[in-house]
Amino acid sequence: MPVEPPVVSPRSLAEAYALLASAPHRPLAGGTDLLVQLAGELGPVPDRVLDLWRLDELRGIRVAGGALEIGALTTHAQLRRSEACAAHAPTLVAAAATIGAAQVQNRGTLGGNVMNASPAGDTLPVLLALDAVLVAGGPRGQRQVPAAAFWPSYRTTALRPDELLLGVRIPIVDGRRQAFRKVGTRRAQAISKVVLAASWRRDPTWRDVRIAFGSVAATPVRATAAEAALEGASAGPEAIDRAVAALLGELHPIDDVRSTAAYRLEVSGRILRRLLEDAS
Amino acid sequence: MTYRLVVNGEPAEVGVPGMRRLLDVLREDLGLTGTKEGCGEGECGACTVLVDGEVVVSCLVPVCQVDGSTVRTVEGLAVAGGALAPLQQAFLEAGGAQCGICTPGMLMAAEAFLAAGGEPTDASIREAIAGNLCRCTGYTKIVDAIRLAAERRAGAGAA
Repeated sequence: MPVEPPVVSPRSLAEAYALLASAPHRPLAGGTDLLVQLAGELGPVPDRVLDLWRLDELRGIRVAGGALEIGALTTHAQLRRSEACAAHAPTLVAAAATIGAAQVQNRGTLGGNVMNASPAGDTLPVLLALDAVLVAGGPRGQRQVPAAAFWPSYRTTALRPDELLLGVRIPIVDGRRQAFRKVGTRRAQAISKVVLAASWRRDPTWRDVRIAFGSVAATPVRATAAEAALEGASAGPEAIDRAVAALLGELHPIDDVRSTAAYRLEVSGRILRRLLEDAS
Repeated sequence: MTYRLVVNGEPAEVGVPGMRRLLDVLREDLGLTGTKEGCGEGECGACTVLVDGEVVVSCLVPVCQVDGSTVRTVEGLAVAGGALAPLQQAFLEAGGAQCGICTPGMLMAAEAFLAAGGEPTDASIREAIAGNLCRCTGYTKIVDAIRLAAERRAGAGAA
């Protein structure tokens, strides 16, 4: 049997904050990353685990204040069933549908995906592309961190050890279009070789372009050179050519167990090209 | 800690560490060895069970998160007296089992699919078992079995 570190299951956020303030705890959401790490003896075993599963305060999806608000404990299955997500964040629904299969989607959570901070986390490029804000809570109250500043380096987040992720706010923008692409070895149960999310408006030139990739760097990244190549440009093949060329200049993927740098770069350019052509 | 769950309709109480995997509670503490351990990391689906009606991989669920929940395992499929459930009968007739290690998980994923009552198309059946790996390459007959069970269920409902 895998190691079984001590665990506490608080019934309220206040209780969870008090436990976090008393001693370091490793937060546990749906378990689909943490239990894999424990079973595989990947990394140090946490001294204490803080089970968040009973914190219903962190569940739910609603539209409020011009934004889609999603609780951190919302499962991938719940994202897939949500009409509000389908209307305002279809790329998030698409990403959720590619994570694991039904078994993992029923337990794995959006907040867990965010806090696991894997460069291959499939929802993370979506949050970057939609200008999402991550809402954190702790003993000093709540604060909001833009997705663009949330994953500063490999597998780290902007949160302090005594803070918890409460949820995600995605601003609702009139006329915003969005698209998602994932490349893996099969359609279910695959960790991404490359994952891409984008959003934009057309007036009819390209406006407010956001292009974000996962699995091509130590963190999920915005492709800001490719974005700049499109911003304000007229529709047509020239702008797409410039964006793809800019992308190939700014991405520096690596070889690892899932793919190679050369494959990732080639595929990144192609899926961006097809996405932009489909959007034209 | 003491955790209380209802397993296959029977109340169960276990005094175990909260991070113990539901898989180990079922197999080691409750003696329900029908649920199999394959990869132990959520990739293969062999340990699939239903928690409050939803498919999960029991190797990734700590028992502290199912306190008060209802769990169904493959032992809970056969009806009282030991007769096979219609789903199991369909697997038998269609040849939907070879070595058997994936079968309990396949059956539970299929059970959730049937309970959801969706149209039994190839695509929807394959998505329902996308998290369950069979290394005997027996997917075709497994899909046939699930379709057969769904058709019989629909026929029985209409009758």
